[in-house]
Amino acid sequence: MPFVTDDPNMLDDWLLVGPTAALAGTSERQPHATRLLGETLSLWAAADGTPQCRLGAQPLAVQSRYGYLWVCPSGRPARPFFEFPEYTEPGRRIIDCGGIGVAVSGLRVIENFLDMAHFPFVHAGYLGKVPHTEVAQYQVKVEPATGEIWATDCRFWQPRASAAHDTGSNVRYTYRVMQPFSAMLYKSSLRPGAQDAIGLFLQPLDDEHVIAHTLLACCDDTSSDAELIAFQQTIFGQDKPILENHAFKRMPLEGRAETPTRGDTSSVTYRRWLRERGMRFGTRAAA
Amino acid sequence: MTVRLYDHPLSGNCFKVRQMLAWLGVAHEAVPVDFYPGREHKSAAFLANVNPLGQIPVIDDDGFVLRDAQAILVYLASRYDTQGCWYPNDPKLRGQVAMWLATADEVTRTASAARLHDALGYSHLDIEACRSGARAVFRVLDDHLAEQASAGLRWLAPAPGPTIADLACFPYVALAGEGGIALDEFPALRNWVWDFRHLPGFIGMSGIFPAGPA
Repeated sequence: MPFVTDDPNMLDDWLLVGPTAALAGTSERQPHATRLLGETLSLWAAADGTPQCRLGAQPLAVQSRYGYLWVCPSGRPARPFFEFPEYTEPGRRIIDCGGIGVAVSGLRVIENFLDMAHFPFVHAGYLGKVPHTEVAQYQVKVEPATGEIWATDCRFWQPRASAAHDTGSNVRYTYRVMQPFSAMLYKSSLRPGAQDAIGLFLQPLDDEHVIAHTLLACCDDTSSDAELIAFQQTIFGQDKPILENHAFKRMPLEGRAETPTRGDTSSVTYRRWLRERGMRFGTRAAA
Repeated sequence: MTVRLYDHPLSGNCFKVRQMLAWLGVAHEAVPVDFYPGREHKSAAFLANVNPLGQIPVIDDDGFVLRDAQAILVYLASRYDTQGCWYPNDPKLRGQVAMWLATADEVTRTASAARLHDALGYSHLDIEACRSGARAVFRVLDDHLAEQASAGLRWLAPAPGPTIADLACFPYVALAGEGGIALDEFPALRNWVWDFRHLPGFIGMSGIFPAGPA
């Protein structure tokens, strides 16, 4: 394999390479080019619409799921594709909020996505507000059947939880990590009993660069697409300089380089989960 | 009276207008434009009805429609700044402000383009040309600000306070890191960014945090 890593956690998994919509107007002779694990891939739609992928002359396994294209570099995926039932649930709006390049290990981006403690500081006036800084205790477990991490019973007071909110509210969250580079969150929406789903899917360019794609499967009946996208990009744009200014671009999994607190239960579980898989891509070797 | 602003949260050029409106105390209504990924600013409807150049920001002030961030700053300051601080009515100062407004376009053409390449997938741009162009214009700004500082002045134009020249040049300097351009070699420029972020009423944007309480 010519890729920048030989980590089976990456090569034997389905990795995102961009929105399926990028294949519009492509053909084998005029493919769409994108980056994955240090290489440039060619992607196009065959006459019957099925996606095709090549690295140089080498065909790669590719499929379209949830509006995105996914490539398995080795062609031998170690796990079945994760479920995302909200994607096709009637009554939800599916909005691609675009991919934003971030110059840091994708593991840092997922860990930040799972963190509530930074809301009042980084997302002041939106997802939190000083002095409402406490992260109440929540539950984290690894689902035996799927191997996914689930954090449940998360609660946070938010001044403006989404594009549809114009006042503060106590918001309930559920987080889910499906792959090292894919996570979702479910949070209270304004539709009674329904939760918005927000997917964060990372396209790994190399150990220290990703394109972060955000997808909404939301229950908002009032906001325009542009308003929903603007809200998500505002939030992600606030995270971006924090992510890019990490002292180690790669995540340390061993040793005591970084010290968690009780509010970091999700992060602790995520790092242990990565350690147990022997994750090397995007990690920093112990000093 | 409310000014309508065709807006995008990650646009530094739109930030200039949001910040000017905030400092002038002029209420506005944002019209979110799906700049990315939807490229709404290049849609036929936007080109026909809002801006034939396919750019944001654009304002509509009670039927008066104006495009171009720098032009909008000139208009807003001329119309709503009763103190005449932001666009001072002095021939030499106006000439200098206009010069730095043009320099702001060069900052957009280079540093903003580098950021679009790295953050929003504008992969057709020549990233190294963008970065070296940005460093060249940053060198001009840094030398000028260092000279100003030695004369006891803090801002681009030799006025008592900041002008629209500073506002026009500010965001894509402050966001340069998102285009892979470090400001380490531009100490006077870094001090100016710091001073600007600490101005009373600075609102910030995604990627540029407002300064904390002093």
